[in-house]
Amino acid sequence: MKMLLHFTPQIIKKPLIAEVVLETGVLVNINKATIDVTGGELIINVPDKDVNKVIKSFKSRGVDVVTLEKPIIRVDEECVHCGACISVCPTNVFKCEVDDSISLDHKECIQCGACITACPHNALKLSR
Amino acid sequence: MVEKTVEEVNQKIRDGSVRVVTAEEMTEIVEALGPKDAAKEVDVVTTGTFGAMCSSGAILNFGHADPPIKTQKVWLNDVEAYAGLAAVDVYIGATQLSESKGMEYGGGHVIEDLVSGKSVTLRATGYGTDCYPLKNIETTLTLEDLNQAAMINPRNAYQRYNVATNTSDQIMHTYMGPLLPNLGNAIYSGSGALSPLFNDPTYATIGIGTRIFLCGAQGYVIGEGTQHDPKSNMGTLMVKGNLKEMNPEFVKGASFHKYGTTLYVGLGIPIPILNEDVALHTGISDAEIRAEVLDYGVQRRDRPVLGKVTYEELKSGRIEIDGKEVRTSAISSLYMARKVAESLKDWILKGEFTLSKPVERLPTKLRVKSMRQTGGLPLVKDVMTDGIGTIKPDVGIEEASKRIIKGEFNHLPVVSDDGRLVGIVTSWDISRAVALAKRGKVEQIMTRRVIVVSPSDPIDIAARKLEQHNISALPVVDGKRKVIGIITSEDLSKLLAGGT
Repeated sequence: MKMLLHFTPQIIKKPLIAEVVLETGVLVNINKATIDVTGGELIINVPDKDVNKVIKSFKSRGVDVVTLEKPIIRVDEECVHCGACISVCPTNVFKCEVDDSISLDHKECIQCGACITACPHNALKLSR
Repeated sequence: MVEKTVEEVNQKIRDGSVRVVTAEEMTEIVEALGPKDAAKEVDVVTTGTFGAMCSSGAILNFGHADPPIKTQKVWLNDVEAYAGLAAVDVYIGATQLSESKGMEYGGGHVIEDLVSGKSVTLRATGYGTDCYPLKNIETTLTLEDLNQAAMINPRNAYQRYNVATNTSDQIMHTYMGPLLPNLGNAIYSGSGALSPLFNDPTYATIGIGTRIFLCGAQGYVIGEGTQHDPKSNMGTLMVKGNLKEMNPEFVKGASFHKYGTTLYVGLGIPIPILNEDVALHTGISDAEIRAEVLDYGVQRRDRPVLGKVTYEELKSGRIEIDGKEVRTSAISSLYMARKVAESLKDWILKGEFTLSKPVERLPTKLRVKSMRQTGGLPLVKDVMTDGIGTIKPDVGIEEASKRIIKGEFNHLPVVSDDGRLVGIVTSWDISRAVALAKRGKVEQIMTRRVIVVSPSDPIDIAARKLEQHNISALPVVDGKRKVIGIITSEDLSKLLAGGT
């Protein structure tokens, strides 16, 4: 399961990820991290069975957690199934089906955003 | 020998005995039966394509206002339409950008919005005459309010198109979509075996007056398209259709990141199987249609050809370029192209669509010419400074600072022992290293990802790179990445000022 973490500037200096990993023993995979004056934003991936444990641990440290059940949202009325998203995606989220329609596999998405700009029809959005 | 006429085929459409298949189905039929028997079995083959077609637009007539206005400048949802026609006629082109939303919204989107029944804001100015006194107007309109709304596309339905890839170390944002650096992907367009013109490559049945499927309406071929290039199997069509009869599913505005807007057009042509030859051509398969892979990393008209691949390979998702496996994807939609061909087949089977015999054939011998440029563009090699100093990566920072002071320049390309560019240091890098009392070698402070130009590039390419990357100089390198000079923003400003 992917999660979006928000850090306030007050706690940004603390080694929070390391603390959570040590406390829970869960191997947290960082997909994306950005830090600026307004705080930090991380997208992490954790095994489904450990989700609650990890959320609790982050929340106790003042981190805001949003679970991303569908990291990427497709507006089906806009999609024309061209496939522009396929070859720019680093994790092969998009697949061309037998009937040449395009399907997507949420599990693989790391929210890098490459497909968002590649889509000529503005049919893809990252969930927040 | 089978010989049919278009009139005979139409008779079959009317009495319900017509046999229609899509071009994909025909490929299998010709393979199984051979062209002779296929021509007996099949009366019409339907084709289809659905992709970005920038040379598209519509002529609109708004009706007269009271008091009347002779519109000189017209905007629809902030997208300018060409108004150099009679008082209230305009041509809205797919690639014109919105003046408020930029590349997010353009003429293609205006056309889609009109076809979808949405209301569009018209803003216009005129200069005022005795017969057209009004100078400004703003109103909202829907497609229904217009007298005529004719889609007229100067260039549609490319027979086949190049495959785009990128060997440079920068991402390139193109009309084929984003091309990742270092052959990171390859993007193609066109529907291969379903391609309208590839199913009749000699234009035996397609010409002026051919009735077609255009964005869900019945439209017409009105001539060869611009840049029609039959000798390279890159024929194109100019087409017309009534916007008021179109289906929004087959006409979609689009926006390519850092390129601009366009229109996705769904277009299908029915091919009457008049004889064995026509049948043979419609039997074409993806494996027989080849496209050239071009390097869009080179920002010139004549891009290097990196290889040739078939549509079968392209559709498999991977091709090989220079021994490297490269992921492919389409920018046109095969899924929708098939829907076009199926819809057209359906219309014919229901007797709603009859075929038309062209009144004139399309040219088969034209070639595309390049622009005649009389101005003469200065090239990088005419402007660059040559004989510049370079430095080796293992030289000390102090030594580098001395060289910069001695040479009185701000950029020092770093080269390996064989003279190939490996980095660059600027006087800024060195001052910072000195200020921080850093000791060490040039390679520790140099920038490794160096943006370069080639000596034969026009200076406009250099200027664009300087601007895009917000830098002040570009090393000029030859094909082997050996440094032969440098071009700075100063060199370019001097040129503009009139002295070099």
